[in-house]
Amino acid sequence: MALVEARNLSKNYIAGEITVKAIRGVDFTIEPGAFVSFVGPSGSGKSTLLNMIGCLDPPTEGSLTVAGQDVTRLSSKQSAKFRGDHIGFIFQDFNLIPVLTVFENIEYPLQMVQNWPPAKRKKRVQELLEAVGMGDQGNKFPSQISGGQKQRIAVARALVTNAKLVLADEPTANLDRKTANRIISLMKAMRDEFGTTFIFSTHDPRVVDNAEIIFNLEDGLLQPQDGYKGGNHA
Amino acid sequence: MLNISKLAFRNLLRYKRRTLLTSALITLGVVAVLLFISVSGSFKSMMIGQITDSMLGHLQIHRKGYLASMDSLPLDRNLKGKQIANIKEMLEKNGAVEAFSMRIKLGAMFSNFKETTNIRLNAVNPEQEIQTVPMLTDRIIKGKKEGLLNKGEILVPELIAKGMKVKINDTVVLVATNKDGSVNGQPFVVRGILEGISGPGGRDGLIHIQDAKTLLRISDNEVSEVAIRLRDMKSLDLVFTQLKNELGPIKNKMDKPVFEVHTWQKLSPFFNIARMIDLMTLFIKIMLVAIVLVSIMNVMIMAVYERINEIGTISAIGTPPGKILSLFVVEGFLLGVVGTFIGVIVSLAGIFAMNFFKISFDFGRQKGLLLSPTIGTSDILAIVVIVIAIAVLASLQPAWKASKMDPITALRHV
Repeated sequence: MALVEARNLSKNYIAGEITVKAIRGVDFTIEPGAFVSFVGPSGSGKSTLLNMIGCLDPPTEGSLTVAGQDVTRLSSKQSAKFRGDHIGFIFQDFNLIPVLTVFENIEYPLQMVQNWPPAKRKKRVQELLEAVGMGDQGNKFPSQISGGQKQRIAVARALVTNAKLVLADEPTANLDRKTANRIISLMKAMRDEFGTTFIFSTHDPRVVDNAEIIFNLEDGLLQPQDGYKGGNHA
Repeated sequence: MLNISKLAFRNLLRYKRRTLLTSALITLGVVAVLLFISVSGSFKSMMIGQITDSMLGHLQIHRKGYLASMDSLPLDRNLKGKQIANIKEMLEKNGAVEAFSMRIKLGAMFSNFKETTNIRLNAVNPEQEIQTVPMLTDRIIKGKKEGLLNKGEILVPELIAKGMKVKINDTVVLVATNKDGSVNGQPFVVRGILEGISGPGGRDGLIHIQDAKTLLRISDNEVSEVAIRLRDMKSLDLVFTQLKNELGPIKNKMDKPVFEVHTWQKLSPFFNIARMIDLMTLFIKIMLVAIVLVSIMNVMIMAVYERINEIGTISAIGTPPGKILSLFVVEGFLLGVVGTFIGVIVSLAGIFAMNFFKISFDFGRQKGLLLSPTIGTSDILAIVVIVIAIAVLASLQPAWKASKMDPITALRHV
């Protein structure tokens, strides 16, 4: 069964008297364990599509199924619960909580969203810290670590809840080449280890080169391209 | 909840200066209110105590119409034998009544054989009077205090003693007109000088009730008023109602009520001052509420604005809106708790210091009244509850806004 399935998915925004068609009736399917990249120039609709898959933004038209659940008409409370249960997020600016330590940042979704018991929580966080190669950095605060390390922590936080799907919006945009490659390798390794599906939005060729499935977006429409390895186009 | 509190606490520490300033403002407000309540409360209870315990008693019973013409000290409106017996029986039966004193109030001419002046007098049974107004002896600033006074003796009010140059053991003459118009005079030995206090009867002299009867040629049992002392001031309203209900139905031949009962509040103008103090306390509390409301709301609005991106992150991760709301409400709550806690400690220290340094003040002609501020646990609790409740209330709007924030918009915020 597909992890993400979109049919005739559209998203319109109203800006004053103008309706902006950000996504124009796209169809695609993403299988579990895939390493997918949505590629396209700025304004092509990558982030909008990711936001819809991440249940942050409801579609205007069409249907969208994530992890077997129709997420088209979820209330904000249901969306929050669904995200907490199934989806992990990695942000361009890392978005770690500055008042929490590295350990606590990873622990946050388990503690505040999924209410895991403390002992189980601590074991899982330590596991993830080790997995991202920061087992001895747990007590540091985000301000005390580098950008690459912050993004590793963000990866660990996205994976800590055993999310089926991780969405990463421009995850390497604020990293140097070497660090970006490390992060991509880390995410791939995590995919291999945990079987998590990774979906990126990017125009960074380093990420695109590493993607196994590429969806090219232009003006809200999916375009066929070389190296495209699956999914349906509108 | 502990996790939310921990996160809220760390967020408060994140902006140390702002947290410190807001807490200091709340502390200042709490200190101002608690000190005002303790000082004004102490002043109020001291004055009420002085008025009731050295002069009026807690309640008074008169013959109907006496109070309206009290200024002229009418002798034809005195309570008579059977009426007095009724009152006596009623008061002796009432368990809330500790003591009562029968008084004759009269006006007379006071002469030191050189000069003459007017004097208002309370004629009392010394034993009854001491039991009913136990602080009366404290007002004797010169002369013997024990036993108050004997027959043939007079306690002269301070101002008259000074004006007429009267000293202890001097002989003076009182001349009074009785209700039939006949004039009589009688010599008295000055037993003591009585300090004047504010309020009705505060500058009256004192003689023995038997002397008043002789002077006024009253042969029957007759009194102008009955002053009553209660075991507990808190039962004032209850006893007042009881007495009113018991005495009210007693009518004269013309079917008019015979008695009137009054609490000290009706008899003393200080009651209005006490009410004004209560009103001022209320306004001070309202000011405190405004301080807490404005300062916390301001801080929490800023906190939400500065952390929009963070709110977007935790919301995207799946934090339920209720937890985001709680996070900001707990921040406001903690600000209120910290400010209140420090405020209460500082206030208690302030009250202790005021008692330690024995601050005195003057009120009217009364000099060197010692201020002994105290604060009740209920007052402290009330302020603590008010401040914390307002802190939570003030955080609600910004917290609600944070919890309802669209995660995409919040994540885009720079």
